[in-house]
Amino acid sequence: MRRFKVFKSLVRDSLDTITQGSRKYHLWMAALTFMMLVGMYCYSIQLDEGLSVTGMTDRVSWGLYISNFTFLVGVAAAAVMLVMPTYVLKDIDFKQAVLIGEGLAVAALVMCLAFVIADMGGPSVLWHMIPEIGVFNFPNSMLTWDVLVLNGYLFINITIPLYILFRHYQGKEAKSKVYIPGAFISVFWAVAIHLVTAFLYQGLQARPFWNNALLGPRFLASAFAAGPALIILVLAVIRSSTSFKIQDKTIKKIAMVVTVAAQINLIMLISELFKEFYAPTHHSESAYYLFFGLHGKDALLPWIWTAIPLNILATVILTFHKLRNNFKVLYFACFILFIAIWIEKGFGLIVPGFIPGPYGKIAEYIPTGIEIGVTLGIWALGAFVFTILAKTAIGIEIGKLRYKK
Amino acid sequence: MSSDNKKWFSLNIGRKNQETSSSCSCGKQSGGCGGHDHEEIKHIEERKDGFEQVFDVKMNRRSAFKQLAASLAIGAGAVSTSCSMFSDDESKEKAQIDWEEQFKGNYKLMTDEEKKATVDRLVRSYQLRTGKTISMSSKNAEENVLFGYAFNISKCQGYMDCVSACVEENNQDRNSQMQYIRIHEMKDGNGFNFNESDDNYYHEVPAEGHFYMGTQCFHCDNPPCVNVCPVQATWREDDGLVVVDYDWCVGCRYCMAACPYDGRRFNWSKPEVPEEEINKNQHYLGNRLRKKGVMEKCTFCVQRSRAGKNPACVEACPTGARIFGNLLDPNSTIRWVLENKKVFRLREDLGTEPKFWYFMD
Ligand code: SF4
Ligand code: SF4
Repeated sequence: MRRFKVFKSLVRDSLDTITQGSRKYHLWMAALTFMMLVGMYCYSIQLDEGLSVTGMTDRVSWGLYISNFTFLVGVAAAAVMLVMPTYVLKDIDFKQAVLIGEGLAVAALVMCLAFVIADMGGPSVLWHMIPEIGVFNFPNSMLTWDVLVLNGYLFINITIPLYILFRHYQGKEAKSKVYIPGAFISVFWAVAIHLVTAFLYQGLQARPFWNNALLGPRFLASAFAAGPALIILVLAVIRSSTSFKIQDKTIKKIAMVVTVAAQINLIMLISELFKEFYAPTHHSESAYYLFFGLHGKDALLPWIWTAIPLNILATVILTFHKLRNNFKVLYFACFILFIAIWIEKGFGLIVPGFIPGPYGKIAEYIPTGIEIGVTLGIWALGAFVFTILAKTAIGIEIGKLRYKK
Repeated sequence: MSSDNKKWFSLNIGRKNQETSSSCSCGKQSGGCGGHDHEEIKHIEERKDGFEQVFDVKMNRRSAFKQLAASLAIGAGAVSTSCSMFSDDESKEKAQIDWEEQFKGNYKLMTDEEKKATVDRLVRSYQLRTGKTISMSSKNAEENVLFGYAFNISKCQGYMDCVSACVEENNQDRNSQMQYIRIHEMKDGNGFNFNESDDNYYHEVPAEGHFYMGTQCFHCDNPPCVNVCPVQATWREDDGLVVVDYDWCVGCRYCMAACPYDGRRFNWSKPEVPEEEINKNQHYLGNRLRKKGVMEKCTFCVQRSRAGKNPACVEACPTGARIFGNLLDPNSTIRWVLENKKVFRLREDLGTEPKFWYFMD
């Protein structure tokens, strides 16, 4: 009963905090709301007319939505990079950052689910996918595995921070006995959401571009680069706009993680390129299309040739301690790395899988305005969710929000 | 369906024959015979049992859910009668049908009565909407039938009569010009080089120095598209047809990504067929009218093949390049082709075991 009362007061207090803030904060939230509304409008058109309003066709049947979904799974898994040292290895440095990381994971997962639903042809019969009520083709379909692990991960990432914040809200310490097992599970779980998402593509013998054993590991490496890079950027914003203290040491440690992951990612990229281009086979055509275009069709060239230099530049910058320890340079490197991986693991991965088609047909894919509108709307939704979560968490952590008996 | 001592899947055409006769009558296509095959049959039947167990439980839950849906429907009906002045019996019936259709289960798991019930609802609903009567079948696969198809590359001249016959027979969307069959025009002397082939030609055929080859869904015996579907909206029937329940599909398009043969088509917008062109002889799993956001594909014209007729493409082909029949019937033309011609299939390395063979005279 008491818990319930505390919880009610927590909800009320957090509602208070998220509706109050500086002018800048209100502007930010208003902008996000506007973008969400635009996204919803675009989605309503899509619902009405069908997926034909997107650039997808029978030849390229997944596009921007699934690209973003794939990438965001990686971002969601990144929270684990912070969880591990903090809870499990008892490294206090990350403690303040970890709640932010988990908030980010929740936001990313919300976006993932939104993207999957946006991509469905029949959202009104989505209940067919609910186990027990519908038919859940488990364990045959990797998509059902993905549904399970994503929802499980969402659950973990909501409950752990909620527990910790709930205790702190009442001015009590969170009991490590309670949350450490959860943290352990979430570490493995993060790896699982990644591998399973990679297996979604890796398991298709029809698409040689995806059907390679390196896909899973590369997913992990690129995710552990892009996710923490985003966390660094978010922490930078939080540091400058709230009184929440984040030590330089924390950011430097996360930067270390980003660096190692980016280096490994680059090594795997080289290995992949070597295989595709040293002894090109019939199966290398997708890679050829991606990097050089095929038969004069080259829609993806600008994308990939933005991503590769940015990726290399960021990795080089991060590799030198001098550069990495200069925060301005670090933020820049993180930003370009994030963009590079977004392109590479989104567009650069999904679209070439379909090109050329099974019988060599090259049909290009260009997203339409409506598709882009929905995508931006979903990103705004993610940012919105994250802002709300972070604002409450920070309020509790700096002691502004406390339960009054 | 692969047996334990095989390292990869292989199509076993003689399988069902083994059940009835203990002598070895299988042709070269069967993976083996004798005791080993008997084990395999048992294995299959055991799996059936397991499946049926799941199936029974599922049905119970589903009927509970259905009752819920029905009570909701009654509620909705009550609301609509009390609110609307114009509501009559017909619109109530329409609403009732819509509710039951929205919350019905997966066709694959339905009992025969349930299959009939949904077909009746669909026919009635069409009648209420348009005043026209269609006939829709829910005929199940027959015993000892496994459909297969052979394509004579030497005969095909690229007339594409099969394509238009298919579109007309199967009520495909006219707006997006959806076609199940693609005819690839290839240059002589280049072999089967799909990269340089053209599947979208608009000129007089046969073009000098070219040959033609048709592709469609191959009804793989080990179909990768079926495994990946998260809701089992697509499956392999006992007579080998790979079908889709259009009402159960959620439109994720995972099966499309998994098909190595470009066999699937998606309804990107609401499919439209002019009323006078609608083929009213339909099958639930075949050419009944689809809606937007669902997957569809060639079904070897299930509405025809299960009624003992040839698919529309076979019938339409002026050159006789297309051959269709029961692989388990030793006297069928298709068996004769498989046994007497040098047949091959596309991308056999993938282990999908298409039931669609190519051959040349
Ligand atoms: S050809 Fe494609 S759609 Fe047809 S059964 Fe094989 S994998 Fe499935
Ligand atoms: S599109 Fe439909 S049939 Fe294909 S995998 Fe998704 S739900 Fe299954």
